[in-house]
Amino acid sequence: MSAYFIRLISALGRLVTSRLDRLGLAARFAGLLMVSLRIALGRLSLIFREVYFSGVRSLSIVAVSGLFVGMVLAVQGYEVLQRYGSAESLGVIVALSLVRELGPVVTALLFAGRASSAVTAEIGLMRATEQLAAMDMMAVDPISRVVAPRFLAAIFSMPFLAAIFSTAGVIGAWIIGVKLIGIDDGAFWSQMQANVDVRIDVLNGLVKSIVFGTSVGLISVFEGYFAAPTAEGIATATTRTVVISSLSVLLLDLLLTVMMFRGLS
Amino acid sequence: MNRSRFDFAVGLFVAIGLLAMAFMALKVGNLAGFDSGSGYAIEARFDNIGGLKVRAPVKSAGVVVGRVESIGLDAETYEARVLLRIYPNYRFSKDTIASILTSGLLGEQYVGLESGGDPVYLAAGDRLGKTQSAMILEKLISQFLFSKAAETPAKAP
Repeated sequence: MSAYFIRLISALGRLVTSRLDRLGLAARFAGLLMVSLRIALGRLSLIFREVYFSGVRSLSIVAVSGLFVGMVLAVQGYEVLQRYGSAESLGVIVALSLVRELGPVVTALLFAGRASSAVTAEIGLMRATEQLAAMDMMAVDPISRVVAPRFLAAIFSMPFLAAIFSTAGVIGAWIIGVKLIGIDDGAFWSQMQANVDVRIDVLNGLVKSIVFGTSVGLISVFEGYFAAPTAEGIATATTRTVVISSLSVLLLDLLLTVMMFRGLS
Repeated sequence: MNRSRFDFAVGLFVAIGLLAMAFMALKVGNLAGFDSGSGYAIEARFDNIGGLKVRAPVKSAGVVVGRVESIGLDAETYEARVLLRIYPNYRFSKDTIASILTSGLLGEQYVGLESGGDPVYLAAGDRLGKTQSAMILEKLISQFLFSKAAETPAKAP
C-alpha cells in the first residue's frame, strides 16, 4: 500500500519537474536566441527568405479566411441588429470584432497551422539529419543562421497578415451588408469611422499580432530545435507546435484584452 | 528560386500589408478625424449627465462640432463637470445652451449645443452658463405619476 502511494507521489513529482525542466530549457533557449538576434539582424536576406516561406505563402489562406469570416459576421450581425432596428451599426460590429480580436487571433492560429508547423518540421529534420551538428562543426552558429531568421520572420509577418485579414474581413462584410442586403453605404462607413479609434483599436490590434508572432515563432523554433531526431519525434514536435501555439495565443489574447480594453469607458 | 524573385515577393507582401494598414487607419478608423488636442476646450456643468461617455460627439444642428474630452464630478457642488473639445473652425456665442440629448430612442447620448445671440464668442476654458441635463426615464415617470396624483385628489370616504 505504502509502496503504491510512494509511486503515485513520485509520478506526480516527475510530471511537475519534467514540465519545469522543459520550461527552463525554453527560457534558456530564448535567452540564447535573443543574444544571437544581433548577428541575425545583420543578414537581412536570410530573414526575407523566411518571410517569403512563412508570410508570403500564408497570404492567400489569410486573405480568403478573412473574407469569409467578415461575410459570416455580417450575416449573423445583421440578423441580430435588424431586430433592434440598428442594422446600420453592422459596420461597427464587424470592424471592431475584426480589428480588436479576430484579426490578430485567427491570423495567429492560421499562421501556427500553416507556417509554424512547417518551420518545426524543417528544423527538426535538420536536427535528425545532423545538419545542425554539421553547421556547428563548421563554426557556423545554427541558432543565428537557422533559428533566429525563422523566429524574426514570424514577428515581422504577423502584423501585416493580421492587417490583411481584417481588411479582407471588412470588405467581405461590405459585400454582404451593402451589396447584397442593402444597408446604406454611407451609414455603414461613417458609423464604422465614428466608432473605431485608430489608437485604441487599430494600434492595439497590431500590438497584439506582434506579441502573437513572437510567441508562435518562439514555440515553433524551440519545438523544432529540441525535437527527438526520429520520424516520430518530428511528428510529435509538429503537433506540439500547433497545440501549444494555439493555446498560448488564446491565453495571451485574454491577458492582452484585459490589459488593453478593460475599464476603457 | 533566385534572390531577386524572393525580394519581389516579399516587397509585394509588405506593400499589400502596408496598404491594408492604411485602409484600417483611414477607412475603418478615422485618422483624418482623429485630432484630439486640436481645437479649444470649454466646460459645461450638468446636474445629471445620464449615460454620456468620453469621446461622445458634440453636435450643433446635427453636425458634429467636437468631442467630449473628459467627465468628472465637482467635489463641492456635486455637479458633473464635462469638458468639451470643439473643433477650431467652429465658434459659438457666450450664451450657448448645452443639453444632453439621445440619438434615436435607444441610441447613444451626445451633447447638443444651441448658439444664442451674444456677439461675444466662447474662448478656450470658458464655462457654459446654461445647461440642460439628460432626461432620466425614472424621474420622468415619477414626475408623471405625481402630477397625475395631484390632478385627481383621492375622494374622501
